[in-house]
Amino acid sequence: MSEKPEKLIDKKGVRLDGRKADELRPIKLEVGVLPNADGSAYIEHGKNKILVGVFGPKEMHPKHLSQPDRMVLRCRYHMAPFSVQERKSPAPSRREVELSKVIREALEPSVFTDLYPRAGIDVYIEVLQADGGTRCAAITAASLAIADAGIPMRDLVVACAAGKIDDTVVLDLYDAEDKLGAADVPVALMPNFNAVTLLQMDGILKPAEFETAVNMAVEGCKKIYPMQKEALRTKYMTVKEEVEE
Amino acid sequence: MSTMLTRVRQKQIGQMIDAGKRMDGRGLTDYREFTIEEGLIERAEGSARIRLGKTDILVGVKIETGEPFPDTPNDGVLTVNAELVPLASSTFEPGPPDENSIELARIVDRGIRESKAVRSDKLVIEAGKKVFVVFVDVYVLNHDGNLIDASALAAVAALVNTKMPNYEVKDGEVKIKAGYSPLPLNSHPITVTMGKINDKLVVDPGIEEEQVMDARISMAINDDGNICAIQKGCAGYFTPQQILEASKIAKEKAAEIRKKLDW
Repeated sequence: MSEKPEKLIDKKGVRLDGRKADELRPIKLEVGVLPNADGSAYIEHGKNKILVGVFGPKEMHPKHLSQPDRMVLRCRYHMAPFSVQERKSPAPSRREVELSKVIREALEPSVFTDLYPRAGIDVYIEVLQADGGTRCAAITAASLAIADAGIPMRDLVVACAAGKIDDTVVLDLYDAEDKLGAADVPVALMPNFNAVTLLQMDGILKPAEFETAVNMAVEGCKKIYPMQKEALRTKYMTVKEEVEE
Repeated sequence: MSTMLTRVRQKQIGQMIDAGKRMDGRGLTDYREFTIEEGLIERAEGSARIRLGKTDILVGVKIETGEPFPDTPNDGVLTVNAELVPLASSTFEPGPPDENSIELARIVDRGIRESKAVRSDKLVIEAGKKVFVVFVDVYVLNHDGNLIDASALAAVAALVNTKMPNYEVKDGEVKIKAGYSPLPLNSHPITVTMGKINDKLVVDPGIEEEQVMDARISMAINDDGNICAIQKGCAGYFTPQQILEASKIAKEKAAEIRKKLDW
């Protein structure tokens, strides 16, 4: 364990990694990265590296879980054993079970599940490297992968966290800030509906700070949204070019 | 976690809520009546049983000695587990904990942990080597909706009721002495859950309301009235305005409950 630094943010408002309070980490998005999956996406969000593969819509297996009026969306969030400092056992932890649930619930409102009765769709999320904010980066990538699978959607889901370090509310905490900071508020948004589909929080925030944090996270989501759309467009632009050649 | 609810009934619940009323006569932000009994399991170091409407939950606290986590050598250990016992509902099945019980346990855990309710520094016997481990086991005996708030309340009540064994260290051995002292607590977090039905926030959703609600939000409020944990649930959404409204309602409701319990 490294020593706890005295301050996570200095007087000029510069954070340990050099960012300003409302600055995102660099984000790289790529769509269609897995040949066998029906849809896939890869995200690098700061040092987070996450791969998402979507399979479906396909026949629901096991069959008794199928629903007569809609498609069943399943989601598995999983961390690779080498993704964190201390090796993580590959068996699913309680944290991963919970995150799989909240991520599924964050994605589901965006999908027209009623168009595929009795079918199932599996969203597999593999965190290859973690650096704080993996659930948000995973949602951003998973939504792209679902779109890539050609499944009708109301909107993309984009996610970003805000939090509090020392006494300042900041955007997009990385690992050290998450561990040493005072609070973390991950938010997922469908920007066209102004709809928050995931909201969690740990740490202590005063009501006014909470309001600032939610607004900041929502603004952060809105900054990532165009990058998501661009990533989708880029994939299909390449396809078009190939065809034209 | 759903049983069948007829469409007529679903519609009825929605229409009532549109009119600002609820099937059981409550207002939209009213809690059901609840009672808490403490210390009914003599074998446990602490226990509490809550009845919130017909929801019935027993929480037992056991304290054992164990090793601290390597990254927190100067803190005792707290673990929360939840069992959705099959006798509580036809929708609960025997077997290892499913995602619902894991989520429930983690929400209760987060409320207690993030508000620093238990003074974990007082649970250390020998730094880095031996500490007290506090096991909080939530046992759902009857499911009538809003397991989250009921479990969270009963868990804190059980911690308040918990007695730590007195001990002394002799030649590196821990000896339990006669007598007990109360478990040192910092805070008493109270979790308030709201469901969104027809775009309205409904406090303390009952079991039928849980089946019609689009989304759920739970907020834990500490003694200072600040928020210390949040969990949104179900495959629906909230607007940012609704979230802020929910945080105001949660603060008011927590204060109301706190007054009743004298925490």
